[in-house]
Amino acid sequence: MTRFASGPVIPNFGQGSSCVRGDHTFCWDWVRSHWSDTLAPALVQHLELVAIAIAIGFVIAFALALFTHRAHAFDQPIGVFSALLYTVPSLALFQLLVPFTGITTTTVEVALVAYTLVVLYPNISAGLRSPPPDVIEAARGMGLTPRQILWRVELPLAVPAIIAGLRIAVVSTISIATIAAFLLPKGLGYPIFVALGAPTPFKTEIYSAGALAIGLALVCDTLLLLLRRILVPWASPRVA
Amino acid sequence: MIVAGAFTGAFGFIAHNPGFLATKALELLELAGAALLVAAVVALPAGIVLGHLHRGSTVAIGSSIVGRALPSLVLIGVFLTVLGIGFVNNMAALAVLATGPMLTNAFEGIDRVEQDLVGAARGLGMTGWQVLTRIELPLALPLIFTGIRISAVTVVATAPIAAVAGGGGLGDVIVNQASYRLTGVLGASICVMALSAGVYLALVGVQRAVTPRGLRVTMVPEVQRGKESV
Repeated sequence: MTRFASGPVIPNFGQGSSCVRGDHTFCWDWVRSHWSDTLAPALVQHLELVAIAIAIGFVIAFALALFTHRAHAFDQPIGVFSALLYTVPSLALFQLLVPFTGITTTTVEVALVAYTLVVLYPNISAGLRSPPPDVIEAARGMGLTPRQILWRVELPLAVPAIIAGLRIAVVSTISIATIAAFLLPKGLGYPIFVALGAPTPFKTEIYSAGALAIGLALVCDTLLLLLRRILVPWASPRVA
Repeated sequence: MIVAGAFTGAFGFIAHNPGFLATKALELLELAGAALLVAAVVALPAGIVLGHLHRGSTVAIGSSIVGRALPSLVLIGVFLTVLGIGFVNNMAALAVLATGPMLTNAFEGIDRVEQDLVGAARGLGMTGWQVLTRIELPLALPLIFTGIRISAVTVVATAPIAAVAGGGGLGDVIVNQASYRLTGVLGASICVMALSAGVYLALVGVQRAVTPRGLRVTMVPEVQRGKESV
């Protein structure tokens, strides 16, 4: 709209097919001819933004959960902090980080990582604490050290909760990453952002980029479900 | 230095334009309120009825999962192409986002009421309607309110994005750095943040007030549901 006014104007009215020029509901020919220069790069960038955010977020959340595993004093402050972080609108958070890290991918990643923590930390933490006391007692009775109990009993039993958290985190990060387009010409949000900024919003571009974003979320969610089935086949088959 | 300067400028912008920002905030709340109302009228009765009948759990629970997968920008874009630019397209997009959490929580709240209690109520001769209004609804109230709160925060937090589709409000300032400079953008961002935190805290307060005394426990923030597609 403002910052990207000099960017490529898509569609190029007057040059495309009659479907594109007339802005019909959906033009397959536009998708075909702009797959390699618009949609595919946006999809790859989107996946990159999300993958980095999830990877960093998971490492931090996991370390934090291990650290606070036996220290319940941190539960309350972390709970309040993440409840408030959860209310911060993504658009505002991106902008508020600009003075620190500039208009860069880092800014976007910092915000995305923060949001993944809100989901991942409580799930990992709750998962590690989910085994019933009897199970822990039995493990201790068998002579396991606290460290062995953590890695051999608590962690395997936490896998379903961890994957549940990952599913929510991945799907919502894919969604939030579209907002990154307000800051950077990156990701699947950008074609939509450009199309909305045009004098006449170009339907095909909005629909195709939108469908890719939703499709990406569904594919990733299915992959995580498969992962759970492989890692913990005994976990309840209930969806969600 | 630069960071401190930027934020000093932002607070200066807020201090110098309180009336302008208040008008924009009101615009945002109008849009968010309308969307929430529409969603509530559809989702709450549907969730309550489905929960009472213990039917349609796939739809009721699936709606917030699907809702999470729908990026707000995509919804706003799609509704713009269908309904044209203005108030209605944005309201419809935000209403769709608000439906999921309310439907799921209303359904689960009613559906998960202990069946012993429902059986006892039936044994006392209560009709289905009486069971719903005297047993299930009061017990489900905290969860129903959790749904309303999640939806409200989601809608208020997403409403600024609607500025790209003629939604107005504080988002207008955030997406227009050319006119308002970084100080204006940051100032409006701070206002948006304060607004959604305020809505959250206010609703937590209301939720506490409406929860029957016997059900009051330490409030656990609904973080595990995650950020709902903002």
